Amino acid sequence: MTATETATDQRIITYNQAFNETLFQLMAEDEDIFVAGEDVGRYGGVFQSFAGLNAEYGDRRVVDTPIAEQAIVGLGIGAAAMGLRPVVDLMFMDFVMVAMDQIANQAAKMKYMFGGKAELPLTITTTGGAGLGAAAQHSQSLEAWLIHVPGLKLVFPSSPHDLKGLLTSCVRDNNPTIVTLHKAMLGTSGHVPEELYEIPLGKASVVQEGDDVTIVAIGRMVSVAQAAAKTLAEEGISVEIVDPRCLLPFDTDTVVESAKKTNRVVIVHEAVRNGGIGGEIAAQIQEFAFDYLDAPVARVGAPFSPVPFSPALESEYVPNPGSIADAVRGVLNR
Amino acid sequence: MATKKQPAKAAKQTKSASSSKIPKEVLLDLHRRMVRIRLLEEAAGRLATEARIPGFIHLYVGEEAVAAGGCAALTNEDQISSTHRGHGHLVAKGGQFKPMMAEFMGRATGYCKGKGGSMHISDLDLNMLGANGIVGAGVPIGVGAAFSNFYRDNGLVTMAFFGDGSTNIGAFHEGTNMACALGLPMVFMCENNEYAEYTARDRVMNITDVADRAVAYGMPGVVVDGMDVIAVYEAAQAAVARARAGEGPSMIECKTYRYYDHAGVSGIGKNYRSDEEVAAWKARDPIEMFEAQLSKARVLSKAAAKKIHDEINAELDEAIEWAEASPFPDPATDMLTDVYTEAS
Repeated sequence: MTATETATDQRIITYNQAFNETLFQLMAEDEDIFVAGEDVGRYGGVFQSFAGLNAEYGDRRVVDTPIAEQAIVGLGIGAAAMGLRPVVDLMFMDFVMVAMDQIANQAAKMKYMFGGKAELPLTITTTGGAGLGAAAQHSQSLEAWLIHVPGLKLVFPSSPHDLKGLLTSCVRDNNPTIVTLHKAMLGTSGHVPEELYEIPLGKASVVQEGDDVTIVAIGRMVSVAQAAAKTLAEEGISVEIVDPRCLLPFDTDTVVESAKKTNRVVIVHEAVRNGGIGGEIAAQIQEFAFDYLDAPVARVGAPFSPVPFSPALESEYVPNPGSIADAVRGVLNR
Repeated sequence: MATKKQPAKAAKQTKSASSSKIPKEVLLDLHRRMVRIRLLEEAAGRLATEARIPGFIHLYVGEEAVAAGGCAALTNEDQISSTHRGHGHLVAKGGQFKPMMAEFMGRATGYCKGKGGSMHISDLDLNMLGANGIVGAGVPIGVGAAFSNFYRDNGLVTMAFFGDGSTNIGAFHEGTNMACALGLPMVFMCENNEYAEYTARDRVMNITDVADRAVAYGMPGVVVDGMDVIAVYEAAQAAVARARAGEGPSMIECKTYRYYDHAGVSGIGKNYRSDEEVAAWKARDPIEMFEAQLSKARVLSKAAAKKIHDEINAELDEAIEWAEASPFPDPATDMLTDVYTEAS
C-alpha cells in the first residue's frame, strides 16, 4: 500500500519526527510492540528519536537497557520468538558489530535452523552515515556487512516519507529487519502523511526519470545525487535516479530496467567502495543487462580509509555532487 | 599435562530419596528423564561412530541430573535456552526420540527438517529455544524470553542452561546483568563440567565456583552437587519459585562432569584429563547413585529400573529405525524454504 492522497500529504515534518511519530502510532495499534535500547527511555534517545515514548507508554514498553548490544539484540530475539514484536535500538550502526553474533548467527538463522518453526518479528533500529564529525567508530555505513546474511531484511530510507513507510513495514514484518536512519538527515524535512502506511520491502523507487544515465543512490546519497543531477541537467545530461530503499531484499528488476533504458549506470553509496554494496549491484546489472551497457558500471563511494574526524577530511571523504557528476561524465564519455 | 579434578563432594543440600518429601511420582519422573537422556546419548554416540549421524555431536552423558532436575522444576509452558550440548535439555523438556534421531541424521522428518542438526536442535512447541553453536549466545536469548514473561505478566519462568566456559564470554555477562537489572523471572543454570572444550577450568578462570559471579549482578548464587538429581531439583524449585514470585533471577551452579570429550565419543589422545579423574567421577554416576537411593527407599527396585531401561531402549530402537527410513530433505525444494517468513 502506498500513501493515500489526503490533505495530510502536504504536512511537512522532519526525518526524526517521522521516526518518532511512526513508533508512537505503531505502539498505539499493537500492544505486543515494545522498544528497548540504550537511553531510549527517560532521555528519549541520544538524538531524541524516542522522545516522549517512555512518558506515554511507561517503563514496561519503553525499556532503558544497559550498554550491552548483544543482550539488547538477544532480548529482542527471545521476546520475538515468544510472539512479541520488539523494536530494539543500537544507537549507532557501528555498534552492529558489537552485536553481530546475535544479529547474524542468532536472529538471522533461527528460523532456518529450527526448520521454519521460529518466527521473529524483530526490528533493529540504528543510525548510519557520516557528516557529524563523529569520526571512525560512529559514522560508518555497514550495509554490505548485513546484506551478506540470509534471513535479514535491511532498509536505508532517504526521506521522511520513506522512513515512515519503511519503518512501518519493518515493524509489521515477521522477519528480523534493520532500519538504518542517516544521522545527518535527522533534521531534514519532507511531506509525510499523518496516518500509517507501508512501503513494500524490496521495492525500489524511481526518484527522478531521465534518459542518459542511471544513478543508483542509497540513503542520504539520493539527495546528493539529485543535486548532481541538477548541475548535469544544465549541461544537457538527463539523469534517472533509482533509490533501492530496501537493500535486502533488493529490487534488481527496477535497477535492471533503468539500466536497459539509459545504458549507463553510476552507483553511489557512502560506505567505502571496496567490498561495498555497489559491487553487488554492478554484478547484478552485468548479469541481467550486459548487452545494453554502453560503458562499464561506475561506482562512487568513500575512499579506503576509516571515516576521518576533521571536517576538512570528512567533507571530502563522503561522495558529493561534484564527485558524482564527475563519475556521470566519465561513463558518458566512453 | 593432565590435570586432576576431584569429583564433587556430596553437597550440603543433598538429601536421600528416602528422607525427601518429594512425592514418589516426581522421583520416578526424575529417574525417567535421566535415563531417557543417557540412553539417547549413548545411542547417538554409537551412531555417530558408525557414521550414521553426520557432523559434530556434543554428548550430555554424565550431566543428566542437571537437565532432569532443572526441567522437572518447570512447567511445560516455562522456557529454556540451551547450549551446543543441548540434547539433554530437549529430552528433559519433553523432546521425543523420533524427531530427535531424524534431526541428528539430517532427515526431513527431524525437529528442524534436517536443517539444524544436533547443534541447533530445538522445539519451540516445547518452549525450548534451541541448542546453540555459539558459546554463551543462548543466555541473552533466554533473557528475551524471560522479558516476554515479565511483559505479559503470565507467571512463566525462563531457565538458561550454560556451561562454565560460557561464563567467560561477554554475552553471558550482558545477559545476566540485564536480567538482574530488569528483575526478570529467570534461573541461570550453570553446568560446571570443569572443562571449556578441552581446557581445564583452572587454566582459564581464577575462581573455583562460577556461582561467585552471581553476586556481581545482585542475585543469589548457590553451588550444588550436579551428580545428585535431588539436590539439583530442590535448588531449581527454590529458584523457580523465587522467579515466579517476581523476586528476580537466581544462579545455580551444578558441579558435574562430561564423560565423553567435548565433541564425539573418542578422545584424540588424552592429554587434557586423566583416566583416573574420569573414573573417579563415573564412580558417582548420577543415574547409578539415584537408582541405588530409589532401591533402598523401595521406590524403584533394581528389576523395575532395568525394565525402564529396556522400555526406553526399545523406544530408541524404533526411533532409529524410523529415522533411518525417513527421507532426506530435497535440495530442489527445501534449500531455500524457511529462510524468511512470507507475508500472510
